[in-house]
Amino acid sequence: MSVTASAAGTTEPVRRRLSDRARGERSLGWRLAGPAFAVMLFVTLYPIAYAIYLSLFNYRLTDPSGRKFVGLKNYAVALSDSLFWQAFVTTFVIVVITLVVELVLGMAFAMVMNRIVLPRRTLRTIVLIPYAIITVVSAFSWLYAARIDTGFFNHWLHWLSLGGFPLDYNWFGGRWSSLTIICLSEIWKTTPFMSLLLLAGLAQIDSSLEEAAQVDGATWWQRFSKVVLPNMKAALMVAVLFRTLDAIRIYDNPYVMTGGANKTTTLSMLVANETINRVEIGMGSALAVILFVIVLIVAAIFVRGFKVDLTRTGRS
Amino acid sequence: MAAILGATTLAACGSSGGRAQLTWYINPDGGGSNPKGGGQAQLAAECSTPQYTINVQLLPNSASDQRTQLLRRLAAGDSSMDLMSIDPVFVAEFAEAGYLAPVPAADTSDFTADRVASAMEASKWGGKLVAVPFWANTQLLWYRKSVAQKAGLDMTKPVTWDQLIAAAQKTRTTIGVQAMPYEGYTVWINALIRGAGGQIIENPGATYSDLKLGLDSDAGRKAAAIIQKIAATKVGGPAMGSADETAALNLFQGASTSGFLVNWPYVYAALHAAGPNGGPVPWLDDVGAALYPQTTSGTDSAPPFGGIELAVGAKSSHVSEAYEAAKCITSADHQAAYMVATGNPASRKSVFDDASVKKAFPNGIAALIRTSLDQAGPRPQSQYYGDISTGLQQRFSPPTAVRPGTAATAQKFILDVLNGKALL
Repeated sequence: MSVTASAAGTTEPVRRRLSDRARGERSLGWRLAGPAFAVMLFVTLYPIAYAIYLSLFNYRLTDPSGRKFVGLKNYAVALSDSLFWQAFVTTFVIVVITLVVELVLGMAFAMVMNRIVLPRRTLRTIVLIPYAIITVVSAFSWLYAARIDTGFFNHWLHWLSLGGFPLDYNWFGGRWSSLTIICLSEIWKTTPFMSLLLLAGLAQIDSSLEEAAQVDGATWWQRFSKVVLPNMKAALMVAVLFRTLDAIRIYDNPYVMTGGANKTTTLSMLVANETINRVEIGMGSALAVILFVIVLIVAAIFVRGFKVDLTRTGRS
Repeated sequence: MAAILGATTLAACGSSGGRAQLTWYINPDGGGSNPKGGGQAQLAAECSTPQYTINVQLLPNSASDQRTQLLRRLAAGDSSMDLMSIDPVFVAEFAEAGYLAPVPAADTSDFTADRVASAMEASKWGGKLVAVPFWANTQLLWYRKSVAQKAGLDMTKPVTWDQLIAAAQKTRTTIGVQAMPYEGYTVWINALIRGAGGQIIENPGATYSDLKLGLDSDAGRKAAAIIQKIAATKVGGPAMGSADETAALNLFQGASTSGFLVNWPYVYAALHAAGPNGGPVPWLDDVGAALYPQTTSGTDSAPPFGGIELAVGAKSSHVSEAYEAAKCITSADHQAAYMVATGNPASRKSVFDDASVKKAFPNGIAALIRTSLDQAGPRPQSQYYGDISTGLQQRFSPPTAVRPGTAATAQKFILDVLNGKALL
């Protein structure tokens, strides 16, 4: 990235003819990045274009003779179907809740890790453990922990509430209780990722700025909100953007825990159900494209709206 | 995963040392992959010849997971799909997509000889044999002789659902049914509709835009009315809406509520081990079996049909060997041995006269299963079966909300889904 950036920097001044050196750098840049660029185009652009093409058909894999061009009808059906909006709401409830909690917790962890000097490496490794666990495995762990027969949550809550919490409470019997466990599992697993990204931002703040504020009599909250946060805005926004895009595509946790029962189907699960179980390639592709557009819109809001510079995670 | 990949590449290579390697994708049947376990793995070992070896690959437990796995391999043109054990309801979908190798004309007579009618119906698509009938399952009406006597029911003659509901109400007992939103519920709904002389699909094989459903009919309304009545009178038990085969059997095993049950023949073996200390239930002699209840009085019932068909993949590199193996697997001797070892009934009629089979299913139950199989009405054949079944289950759930008009609602929803006007 820095190679192309500096190459662009040197060629930017308005000059009719490029110097030999600049031309050489530019062609070297293309030769170095070209093959990777071509591969990227082939493995991303082709499937995306093919999905868009397929989404214009009523096409079931096991019924090739019934294939019919329907234009944008699949999109109209999907966007006017209650099942789609139910999945949309479920997905965004998960995104908002997990993001807010992860941001607060991740920030707290990052600040602690930033201050602690002695077992620094050990601590950072320990914090990363949940993130290193495969999502399906962690989903099963949380599933078994919350179930009536194998779980211990109900026993703990029963004990903590002095017998007030029913031992046979079925966490997976309703929409919101299922989403609670799904969100908890998601938060447990990805907060470490958040805290490490935030730690990188924290570490880049010049400590003399904070000291100067302290000398000037700023309170802890003032130092945090006026000095620390503005100085790590870039890292913060990158962390939030990555987590948001990740969370929108949530699949494993609800798939393992509820299988989509009780209105806990997420957008990704809907796509998978249409394409893999029903082999409705047309409708499935339309839904996948819609999900892709949602991700694009969210990314655009962050990059344009909040002016996130993805090329720099450090000082803004 | 590595094992699956390894086996696939091995099978794809075709032969090792001049001996063809056939792969048979089997559904779990209690025998596992043990070549001495009495299940399909044992048949695979016994049917291997000097020309080919049959290797087994175990499919997942649920029928829908089995379908997904087979479908993905078939769609990808996997050449290891030599033999597959498939649920009868998926035959149409696979055949319509061109995934099944045509049955050799010379073998057709062998594969159709001596078979029960329902198994033949389920193995055909578009009037042609596309799969080999292997084993065949059917539901019977299980009842407590004492309860039937108390209610004044003559069980030597066919009974109707209405009679059963009245008898259960009178004796304060239950009728075990399957009404959870899963395939078993479709089995029940289909049996009720076919029992009333109706059909879920009126023109099987038609493409989605021309498909005609028979739910919005007298038969559909009658079926919905029976479900409504069982739910309203609470004779389906307190948790009817979450009852699968096991839950229904548990209801029948509960001494105070035990009255009637519609279920597959495996329950007879299960009752032998459901009593104290793993022995038989104390009232085993009180258990009777009869033909599936009639939807309308005087019309023969259409008992549910299940089982497994054998199919050969179109892209298999050993089609003729695979059909050769299918002949051996479905021979009368092997079907009898398989029925005794696993409790899964044969599709060949003569097997039910076998001495060992009669011993395993005594008191005339073996003959009753054969009669029921000949009378059975398979679920509708359609390349869109999965969507139709799921749509039906969704609109008929919970059973307490079912009204005669539910049949029409379900019909509209399913057609909308098939025509891409609604999501499922």
